Amino acid sequence: MYKKIMVPVDLAHIEVIEPALETVADLARHYDAEVCYVGVTSNTPSSVARTPEEFTRKLDAFAEKRSKVHGQPVSTHTIASPDPIADLDDELIKAIDDVGADLIVMPTHPPRHLDVIMPSHGGKIATHTKASVFLVRP
Amino acid sequence: MSHPQDEKPDEPNNGSEGIPAPEGAANLIDTDYVIGQDNITASPLGINVDLHGKVFTFSSIVILLFVILTLALQDQMEPIFNSMFSFLTTNLGWVFLLGANVFVVLALVLIFTPLGKVRIGGADATPDFGYAGWFSMLFAAGMGIGLMFYGVSEPLGHYGTAFGGISMGEDGLRTDWAPLGGAEGDQAGAIELGMSATIFHWGFHPWGAYAIVGLSLAIFAFNKGLPLTMRSIFYPILGERVWGWPGHVIDILAVFATLFGLTTSLGIGATQAAGGLNYLFGIPASDATLVLLILGITVVALGSIMLGVDKGVQRLSQLNMVLALLLLLFVILVGPTLLIATGVVENLIGYVTHLPALSMPFGREDANFSQGWTAFYWAWWIAWSPFVGMFIARVSRGRTVREFLISVLVVPTLASVVWMTAFGTTAIDQVVSSGITEVQDAALELQLFTMLEYLPLTAITSFVGITLVIVFFITSSDSGSLVIDSITAGGKVDAPKPQRIFWALIEGALAIALLLGGGLAALQTAALTTGLPFTLVLLVGCYAIVKGLMSEPRAS
Repeated sequence: MYKKIMVPVDLAHIEVIEPALETVADLARHYDAEVCYVGVTSNTPSSVARTPEEFTRKLDAFAEKRSKVHGQPVSTHTIASPDPIADLDDELIKAIDDVGADLIVMPTHPPRHLDVIMPSHGGKIATHTKASVFLVRP
Repeated sequence: MSHPQDEKPDEPNNGSEGIPAPEGAANLIDTDYVIGQDNITASPLGINVDLHGKVFTFSSIVILLFVILTLALQDQMEPIFNSMFSFLTTNLGWVFLLGANVFVVLALVLIFTPLGKVRIGGADATPDFGYAGWFSMLFAAGMGIGLMFYGVSEPLGHYGTAFGGISMGEDGLRTDWAPLGGAEGDQAGAIELGMSATIFHWGFHPWGAYAIVGLSLAIFAFNKGLPLTMRSIFYPILGERVWGWPGHVIDILAVFATLFGLTTSLGIGATQAAGGLNYLFGIPASDATLVLLILGITVVALGSIMLGVDKGVQRLSQLNMVLALLLLLFVILVGPTLLIATGVVENLIGYVTHLPALSMPFGREDANFSQGWTAFYWAWWIAWSPFVGMFIARVSRGRTVREFLISVLVVPTLASVVWMTAFGTTAIDQVVSSGITEVQDAALELQLFTMLEYLPLTAITSFVGITLVIVFFITSSDSGSLVIDSITAGGKVDAPKPQRIFWALIEGALAIALLLGGGLAALQTAALTTGLPFTLVLLVGCYAIVKGLMSEPRAS
């Protein structure tokens, strides 16, 4: 049913997204789908990598590691943004079309009052794409 | 203390996606420091924060104390500010003048040396932004509000004092505010001197300081791979110690300088906007109006912060550039067009002619002018420089040092010349040709609007003027928050949003506190006081940037 699953990952907080990654592995095997890991980095040096090049290498390495876990084909997509925090949602929405994903799996937090002013990334993406979105609560 | 032997060539380009950086040869500094390693992450009340523990804690506590003290002891603080202002400008004005000269000379020299061939972001990097795109943000960030406030009042002021000539006090010191020797009774001479002095304050010197800070930040972040924060510039001097207390102090100073430089502009902007609203709509220009105005503008700035650089700051800056350009064209067309056209050339010549005398740090006879005007301006620009510099750095990847310096130093200077000539000439012409003295007699913040009153379509142009001031205020406030947040987050540009909101609120609070607790004098003193240590920091930085550039491969 799904051919390509897009998974936005935050390499700086990999432990937080662990439950989502397990869900991805199960889904990928079930649908025999390719998994595309998408990372958003700043174009200035960050805690994960000092250059977007280095970031891409780390993302590739991460994808390879995940491929060994679930055995499905993997790909990566790096997005470098001058203001990654503010542009995250728009960049990810654009990436869905760029990589041609039909399912997005991403971690999110439980609903909270603060969402009124600062909506969750997952929620925002779900309302702006035609692809299916699976939000994984911790 | 740098370790050139430890520097390794850039790792090969693996051809994958993402921004290519550094591309080709560049000298990454080999450090074990991980960006954000000293940061504290927590989520109080469900709000995530990611901050540099020491830099954030220290600077925010000092600022909060300052706001509370200034508000609580308004009457006591004002004389303190006033005496500090005069002490600093009288005794230490030469530090600012000398420092600013060093920045301009270094920036000009670098254009012509082989170091000008070094490319920001690595030898094969390509530019991320077109010239036109980032120029509007650069200019809005660099001068915005000031051009609105001083575009009319400064040329007119200097013309007036120069025309009035020299007057001596009983102690043999000059009591007039004329630049240099003045031009008593000589109308043409006074106009030339007045315009030259104005352009001097808005020309090479401010942009020289911006260029030096911007260039060093860009080189140390994009080519050397260090975090985008002031301390990184000092790596060649301090080595690994830059991640410890010496670095903390530099970053804290940068936070103070940015905050006070910014609030000076915000205070000026609020005063002018309130004056304009009073002038146009009769809204009383009371303290309450000022506070409400700053609060309202801060709320809009918060909205813009939530939208980020791309959709927030950039769109507002572009809107402002269009409005500013329209206002400029309007003034040129309906004002004395011919005078303005010839004035641009004459003023440029006058500026270059008077430049050596005006920028001389020692042996000045025009103490009031060189200390009260020039030294204050230099302090203000230098206080602004981490903010503008950081902003320029972020958008300048892919340019060579030479391209960078020409476009940061020369192009904005020419734009200032045109702006000042258009507004200054129109205002002076109203005085000398038509004998209109209202503009000269009006309060500083009203002079722009009074001048516009004698041109057609007053209601529209004044409204555009107020809009410009307010939007410049908003873009300054939110791009300032971005920069301060990045410094207090240890160089991270991807720290959580609530931190930016915190700094935008602090800027608003600080502007209110300083305006109520001593008016513009308080703001100006604050900018001066933080500009001083930062001048020294930048002078040391000049050495570091040359050293950093020397170790870079040059583009062929």
